[in-house]
Amino acid sequence: MELAMKCLWTGKATILSSAAALAICTAPLAHAQDATIVHVALKDHRFVPAELTAPANKPVVIEVTNQDPTPSELESKTLRVEKVVAGGAKINVQIRALTRGRYRFFDDYHEDTTEGFLVIQ
Amino acid sequence: MLGALIIVFREVIEAGIVVGIIMAVTRGILGARIWIATGIAAGVGGAVLVACFAEAIANAMQGIGQELFNGSILAVAVLMLTWHNIWMASHGRQMAAEMRQVGEEVKSGSRSLAALAVVVGVAVMREGSEIALFFYGLAVAGGSTAASLILGSILGLVAGCAISALTFLGLVTIAPRYLFRVTTVLITFLAAGLAAQSVLFFQRAGIVTALSQTAWDTSTILSDTSLFGRVLHTLIGYSDQPSYMQVVVYGLTLAIIFTLTRAVVQTSGVNTTKRSGTHVDHAARTAF
Repeated sequence: MELAMKCLWTGKATILSSAAALAICTAPLAHAQDATIVHVALKDHRFVPAELTAPANKPVVIEVTNQDPTPSELESKTLRVEKVVAGGAKINVQIRALTRGRYRFFDDYHEDTTEGFLVIQ
Repeated sequence: MLGALIIVFREVIEAGIVVGIIMAVTRGILGARIWIATGIAAGVGGAVLVACFAEAIANAMQGIGQELFNGSILAVAVLMLTWHNIWMASHGRQMAAEMRQVGEEVKSGSRSLAALAVVVGVAVMREGSEIALFFYGLAVAGGSTAASLILGSILGLVAGCAISALTFLGLVTIAPRYLFRVTTVLITFLAAGLAAQSVLFFQRAGIVTALSQTAWDTSTILSDTSLFGRVLHTLIGYSDQPSYMQVVVYGLTLAIIFTLTRAVVQTSGVNTTKRSGTHVDHAARTAF
C-alpha cells in the first residue's frame, strides 16, 4: 500500500512535471504576435466571406463574429480547430503556420449549409 | 430529424463508451452505481453550466479560455484513470475476491470510485455541453421543424445510452478472470487517448507550440468522424490527422501508466499471494 501510494505520487509528479516542462519549453502566445489576422462573420448560417486568404508559413488568427442568435461551433479537421462561438459573440481561433493549400472549415451544427475555406498562398 | 439524431448521437458516443467501460470496471463493487449516477448527474449539470457560460469561458484568459478549460478537464480525467488503474492493481483483486471489505479498504475503494465518477462527469460534461448548445440553438431558432429536430435529438440520446449498454454488456460477457485484465488495458488506452486530446487543446490555445506538424493523414482510409472511427477514437485514441506532439503524449501516457501499474502489481503481488489465490488475483498479476 505504501509503495502503491509512493508510485502513485511519483506518477502524478511525472505527469505534472512533464506538463510543466511542455509549458516551459514553449513560448506561450508568442504565436499571436506575428500572426495574420483574418475576419469572418456568421450570418444566416453562412460564412461571410466564405473564402479567406492568408500567407503561408505564418500563424493565422481567424476572428469569428457570430451575427446569428444561435450558437455555432467552428470546426476543421485540417486546421485542427473545434471551438464554440455563442450567439452574437466573437471568438479568436489560433491556427499554426500552414503550408499552401485550401483548408475547409464548417459549423459543426449546420455542416450541410455552413462551410468556408481558408486559402493559404 | 435524422440530421439532429446524427449530430446528437455522434456527440454521445464517446461519453456512452466511457460510461459503459466504467460500469463494467466497477461491477459488483458496493455503491458503484450511485457514484456513476452521481458522475452522470454532475456531468449533465456541468454541461448546462458550460453551455450557459460558453461566451464567458471563450473570452476568458485572453480568448483561450475554452481551450484551457477543455484541455484541463481532460488532463484531470487522465490523472483519475491513472490513479484508478494503479489503485486497482494493488487492491482490485482483493476487492473482487471479497466484495465486502471493512474499514480502510472500503474507504480507499470509494476514493477510487470517486475518481471514476469524475471521469464519467468529465466525459458527460464535455459532450453534453455541445448538445446543450445545439438544443439551445434549436429553441432559439424555433419554427415548425423544431419539434421534429428535438425528437431526433432525443432519439440520438437514446442511441447513446444504447452504446453504453452495449459496451457494458459486451464487457461483462468476458469471464471474470479475464475481465480485470481487459479493463486495465482498456483504461490505459482510454487514458492515453484522452491525454492526446488534452494536449491538442493546449496546442489550439497556442500554449504548446512544439511538434505541431501533422504526423500522418489516414483520413481517406478511416476518418475519425465516421462511426467506427469515433469508436476507435474513444477506445484507443485513434486520430486520422494527429500532430507529432499528440503522438508523443499518447506514447508517454501509455508508458507511464504501464510502468507504474506493473510496478505496483509486482510489488503488492508478493505480499498478498498468501492471502488469496483466486482467479482474479492471478489475472491482476498477469494483466501486465
